[in-house]
Amino acid sequence: MRDIGLTRGGVGLISGLTCDVGAGDCLFLRGRNGAGKTTLLRAMAGLTPVGSGTLTVDAPPAFSGHADGLKASLTVAENLEVWASLYGTVSIDAAVSAWALTPLLDRPAAVLSAGQKRRVGLARLLVTGCKLWLMDEPTTALDAGFVKDFEQVVRAHLAKGGAAVISTHLDLGVQGQTINLDEYRPDDAAVTLEDDWAGVM
Amino acid sequence: MIALLLRDLKLAVRSGGGFGLALVFFLIVVTLAPLAIGSDTTTLTAIGPGILWLGALLACLLSVDRIFGLDFEDGSLDVLATAPIPQESVFLAKSAAHWMTTGLPLTLMAPVLGLLLNLPAPALLAVTIGLALGTPALSLIGAFGGALTLGVKRGGLLLSLLVLPLYIPTLIFGAEAARRAAHDLPYQTPIVFLAAITLFAAAIFPFAGAAVLRINLR
Repeated sequence: MRDIGLTRGGVGLISGLTCDVGAGDCLFLRGRNGAGKTTLLRAMAGLTPVGSGTLTVDAPPAFSGHADGLKASLTVAENLEVWASLYGTVSIDAAVSAWALTPLLDRPAAVLSAGQKRRVGLARLLVTGCKLWLMDEPTTALDAGFVKDFEQVVRAHLAKGGAAVISTHLDLGVQGQTINLDEYRPDDAAVTLEDDWAGVM
Repeated sequence: MIALLLRDLKLAVRSGGGFGLALVFFLIVVTLAPLAIGSDTTTLTAIGPGILWLGALLACLLSVDRIFGLDFEDGSLDVLATAPIPQESVFLAKSAAHWMTTGLPLTLMAPVLGLLLNLPAPALLAVTIGLALGTPALSLIGAFGGALTLGVKRGGLLLSLLVLPLYIPTLIFGAEAARRAAHDLPYQTPIVFLAAITLFAAAIFPFAGAAVLRINLR
């Protein structure tokens, strides 16, 4: 990323942001609500165009937003298999065991709790086989035990040469650089506390 | 793309998928029409093709907002947009799934329902051929409208306003083919036009729809 500028809904969010995320790196995005975490992640995923500067993404990214993208009437296994075949990967087993989903495999996604849905949504990242993970507040709805599991999954992913960009308000036990987006807020930006969920809803 | 198509078909036939909705609506429209109009067989024969086509068109319209709307709400559209599959293929796969769960069953049911409207055999054939060739265009145009109104809360009215004018050519040529067949006139020309509209829609709308999806996902 070189000198990135982003706007959302006509409001300048970020200006002059420069950073690099290489293989094995983890980048944490911090900032108050409306700082542009979601917008920056969506820009990295190629969903939102950058206002100025250059953003180069070398590896195909796997994006995990606020919504988990699960189909309520499909079972957990079917949900994951759809993504596996779309991304051309073979097996969902690794993702299932990493997130302890075996007992849930045959249950329709509609009956899962919020935390269980989130685990399936995060398991999708493993299923895609992508090197770069973009995660928007991934630990929402996860209990303390699974937050530990999450740290482990991310560490394993980084150890295998993967990279991750995570927006979070928690202190996760993963080594990585942290960017506080509040510092990159353009001076001339109208100070409106825009809800960053608006990007998803 | 095949995986996405299969997923959408599976979703449509499972509970809450809305697979039966269009069919039942079509059935209701066509069975209620003779009750409303009266049992005069000559009148029914005259307006039967039009009723079948109108019913099919409205049944199609009933479900087009679901093509992208549901995926948009639960976030799968974001993931699909970042998946290694072009948006054009996403659009095409989802339109195809919509056609297989609405257009195709409507086509198969039309000859049976045509009997209720006292349509002569040649008209039944013309309606069936016409629907088979014309409904893919309805799904493609509808999917495009659905992509346009993505994220608009209760965009149903806007969607109808956008989509119905684009449905008119299909309606005109489809009903014309059936009307001509009912009077034992040659009906190749309207059928050819129907096929042309569908081919045109298949050539244009995947690209237009994909562009609109990209904008709406920003």
